[in-house]
Amino acid sequence: MNALTGHLSELGHGVVTTVELTVVTTIAALLIGMIIAILRISPVPMLRGIGTVYVEVLQNLPLLALLVLFVFALPQIGITFPLFTSAAIVIACYEGAYMAEAIRAGINTVAVGQAEAARAIGLTFSQSLRHVILPQALRAVIQPIGNICIALLMNTSLAAAVGVVELTQAANNVNLIEAQPIEVFTGAGIAYMLMALIIGFTTGRLERKLAIVR
Amino acid sequence: MRNDQKLLFDEPGPRGRRRIKIATIVGVIAVIAAIALAVRQFADHGELAADRWQPFSEWPIWRYLLTGLWATVRAAAATAVLGGAFGLLLALGRLSRRRVLRYLAGAYVEIFRTVPALLLIYVTLFALPHYGLNFSLFWKLVLPLVVSNSAAFAEIFRAGIRALDRGQSEAGLAVGLRPWQVMRLVVLPQAVLRLAPTLVSQLVGLLKDTSLGFVVSYTELLYSGQVLSSFTHLLIQTFMMVALLYLAVNASLSKFARVLQARGGRLFGRRRATTLGTRYRRWFPNGEV
Repeated sequence: MNALTGHLSELGHGVVTTVELTVVTTIAALLIGMIIAILRISPVPMLRGIGTVYVEVLQNLPLLALLVLFVFALPQIGITFPLFTSAAIVIACYEGAYMAEAIRAGINTVAVGQAEAARAIGLTFSQSLRHVILPQALRAVIQPIGNICIALLMNTSLAAAVGVVELTQAANNVNLIEAQPIEVFTGAGIAYMLMALIIGFTTGRLERKLAIVR
Repeated sequence: MRNDQKLLFDEPGPRGRRRIKIATIVGVIAVIAAIALAVRQFADHGELAADRWQPFSEWPIWRYLLTGLWATVRAAAATAVLGGAFGLLLALGRLSRRRVLRYLAGAYVEIFRTVPALLLIYVTLFALPHYGLNFSLFWKLVLPLVVSNSAAFAEIFRAGIRALDRGQSEAGLAVGLRPWQVMRLVVLPQAVLRLAPTLVSQLVGLLKDTSLGFVVSYTELLYSGQVLSSFTHLLIQTFMMVALLYLAVNASLSKFARVLQARGGRLFGRRRATTLGTRYRRWFPNGEV
């Protein structure tokens, strides 16, 4: 256990960076996902098209390719951000596409009668969305959104490949010094599992609290 | 547009049509502004010059990138075959009547679903050689991907098998088939047919995962782009071409998944298997079932 206890501060920094990256990108991805999902069901064909193209492009490109493009290639045309910010922007945009699809799936589960009722009492598109459809849609997809959050947590490790020192990279650095791969990588793996467990537990509780039982 | 989405708004009247027109114009302007901004950034840094793009009209450069794409496809195919087979075994293990098998398969899936693939790659890169297990670059990429993707495949197969009507396996048992015969002859063929679109979508995810070859320095598409750009110094151009190649392959796979979805898993033959439900609907069109 010496390899782990001797480098607690490095590994701790790694965990903190991973948590920060996960929290920031989850919030941003949820916002992006909501906007894109609304675009994809809006009455304006042009906006629907923009939403579809966004989802198609970002779901079909590897996250690592996007990270490499953003971090290494964009500085060539004068677009530079701090490393952490770049990673956060790219991961948020990427996971936003998945969030959008999850939210849209939720909107499709809302009973047709709800939308008809909302229209019958004269609510406009945005009003019916805000007061009737979205509250029910979001409650229906808490579990899928939790799964996306777990995938997002695992995807933050890709930031290591472009130089962000998060948990995976910290573990790798410690291993390069200590040459105790089993201990170090198992420790990191357990840390990831615990974080995923916390996300799963939270979404489970949220779902029991908020889900509509039909 | 599908019907379920149309329910959210009425057929637009004159005012609605005007609003839609305005929103469309705003959308078009926003898109044009974004493109113009991007082009200006390119132009300001001299990246629009003809000699920065001209190499991409030459065959050797494309041959190099396409070789990379071929390596990506090979790695993805190996991962899909091994991961799919192992995932199926894991799913059968999780549904087995033996408790030991259930627990072992369950533990495997739960563990490797929540460990990043990159961490597993670091294990094959830096930990296993320590113990004398030094694979070729190809397997250093494919093995960790098989380990993590088999967990995902296991969950897909398990969900598909459990979603199948219980009556199917009960009928199989009732005519005297053994449990594994029921699984092989009755349950799996139907489950796999229904899962076909999901499995193809998983293929897209898997193909994206092979971009981790960038870390292993296995010359798949992304790493080929990296190597190429270190020779030509055309970073943004090269990576844009790489992105386009990924997009072309994955978008066609996604499209294929949607086609399969619409055709109930079948590409040829009957457009859609008649289910009991559709037959009932045909017999009792007024819903008096």
